[in-house]
Amino acid sequence: MKSLSEIEEGKKAKVLNILGGKSVRQHLSTIGIHAGDIVFVKRHAVWGGPILIEVHGSEVALGRGVASKVQVEEV
Amino acid sequence: MKIALAGQPNCGKSTIFNALAGYKAVTANFPGKTVQYTLSTVTFGGKTFEIVDLPGIYSLTSMDLAELEARKYILSGQADVAINVIDASLLSRSLEFTIQLMDMDIPIVICLNMMDEARRKGVHIDTEKLSKILGIPVVETIAVKGQGLENLFSAAGRAFDENIRGEAPFYHKDVEEVIAKLSGFMDKDILRELKVPKRLLAKKLLEGDGFFMKKISKFPKLLNATSDLQSYLEKTHGRPSDMVISSERHAISMNLFEEVSRVGEPVRTFYDRIDNVIMHKYFGYVILFLLLAGFFSIVFYAGKTLEGPIISAFEGLMKSMGDAMGKETLLFFFAKGILEGLAGGIGIVLPYLIPFLIGMSILEDVGYLPRMAFLMDAFMHRIGLHGKSILPFVLGYGCNVPAIMATRILETPRDRFITAFLATMIPCAARTTIIYALVAYYIGPWAALFVYVLNIFVIALTGKVFTYFIPEVTPGLILEVPSFKMPSVRVVLAKTWLRMKEFVFIAWPLLILSSALLSYLEYIKGDRVINKILSPLTYILGLPDAVGTTLIFGILRKELSMLMLFQALGTMDVSSVMSHEQIMVFTIFVLFYVPCVATIAVLWKEVGWKKMAAISLATLIIALVIAIAVRGFLSAV
Repeated sequence: MKSLSEIEEGKKAKVLNILGGKSVRQHLSTIGIHAGDIVFVKRHAVWGGPILIEVHGSEVALGRGVASKVQVEEV
Repeated sequence: MKIALAGQPNCGKSTIFNALAGYKAVTANFPGKTVQYTLSTVTFGGKTFEIVDLPGIYSLTSMDLAELEARKYILSGQADVAINVIDASLLSRSLEFTIQLMDMDIPIVICLNMMDEARRKGVHIDTEKLSKILGIPVVETIAVKGQGLENLFSAAGRAFDENIRGEAPFYHKDVEEVIAKLSGFMDKDILRELKVPKRLLAKKLLEGDGFFMKKISKFPKLLNATSDLQSYLEKTHGRPSDMVISSERHAISMNLFEEVSRVGEPVRTFYDRIDNVIMHKYFGYVILFLLLAGFFSIVFYAGKTLEGPIISAFEGLMKSMGDAMGKETLLFFFAKGILEGLAGGIGIVLPYLIPFLIGMSILEDVGYLPRMAFLMDAFMHRIGLHGKSILPFVLGYGCNVPAIMATRILETPRDRFITAFLATMIPCAARTTIIYALVAYYIGPWAALFVYVLNIFVIALTGKVFTYFIPEVTPGLILEVPSFKMPSVRVVLAKTWLRMKEFVFIAWPLLILSSALLSYLEYIKGDRVINKILSPLTYILGLPDAVGTTLIFGILRKELSMLMLFQALGTMDVSSVMSHEQIMVFTIFVLFYVPCVATIAVLWKEVGWKKMAAISLATLIIALVIAIAVRGFLSAV
């Protein structure tokens, strides 16, 4: 198991679990990220910046802090 | 009949609204542009009705104040019909909101907007099938081109007349049983007080929704049943009850999506490739810099070309008027005041304001702002915020009022306060005209660039100081980045005009009036009293005494400081009476000190009067410190 922030650019990952309590979990679920979903990591920003992922056809920017709370496995 | 436009952020609600109501709601290509609802009465197809444009909302679980506003409106039951606007290219995610909205149990129509975008992404939707499964009308539209809107509103009328509410898909049997059990605890009193349907309330309670949990604290029976059933769900499903409910919704939406749509190959366009450069690790920042530098130089050169000739024409007119009327008559003082107010608007504000607003509109409409948020997130964390705060900041360059309202898209009160505070120091269009017309015009473009860089530095430093007192607690950036779009000339012009109206109909008359007032003050020598009172301030800043009055006017509207300056000094050629150093210190002080009246009012509304007063005082102190420092620095070199 890895965190989403560790997945390299151009790789796909399956969401296993979301840590960090109800608020983060609900926020992510409203924009379409749930356990079981497949996300595609499009790019990483420099300087500890956010990552850009594609999920259900939309692109979402996630800060490193948020991304590190999403546990995934590479697929 | 009241029709509410409800849907997820950036799906085109405001575009549909504007197509009917005229350009009233500002549209842009980033999620969260609309933060409050707009109402309009329109006549369409021979019928008159009211339409309500709501802020975008991802889910009835609201994450910020803008979403809360939409949620409140939807739950209040004021709407007779809801049009659920959906970005068709994001159907699977959007359906999660649709099935929640259906629980409100009101007549409802689905609007599949941006059908062209969906086709481009390779999403083919069987509209009829979707309509059949949910039992409600589904209409395809391309709102930016006005396509399908006639069908949409006649469908809404039919849904109302025939009371078409559809039937929301059911959850899994065991979850439905829990919902039914919980609904059994809701008596008439509870439902009358909360004014929402049983099914919706049951689901929200099982999710542990903060708002409804608080509301039912008066009803111990229901409260106990809720926590019992929450733990029951948690035990039987092996995860928190809110997750159980959201997974149910998610599963239903995914199934529905699979049933009604077919996903083919997306058409790769120019826009997909452009993102590889614009959001690139390194080139992204080069482009960001070039874009902003290009933007500001275009505005500067366009404005400068117009400012010179217009101002000298007015100067000439003023001189011949003085000769004709006699320089010391009351009539001339009034005529001069009014003429200076007119000249200020035409010659100084509009030449910079128009290109500036057009440029802002284009940046917003192509969808560059969320990309800026992505690029700047890491930097924003250094000053204790995250990337989303970039959106209010950039809007602040247009006007601080919408910028402060845009802080509603931020998740925590701490972030909202700090962002609102820092946004008041951003040079809005009014202050931009001062920087251009004084600093750039008289000293040079590099001096103007220095003002901008200094401004960003001061804002960053203030943010940094804040993080020591109120540490960062934000979960971090979660922001949808929409596809690039080609801005439409019509929309850009309509938006520019909407924003310019504020200057033309409110600020400009105020300007002419103040100008006449100052002229009268001069006639009765009243300005000398004010200048005398403010002389300690002008003294430590090293400015001419006559500048004092202009600083007071600047609180009304920031442009007034500059325009009154021309009048107070008795010339439109400032450099003949003020040194470059004085021009610089004056501009810096005006840039930072106390927000204008409109900004103060919106701060009061958004953060309360205490914080508003604190911000005003703090900015005055910051302005003094920076202006004195700049004065010291300039006289040292």
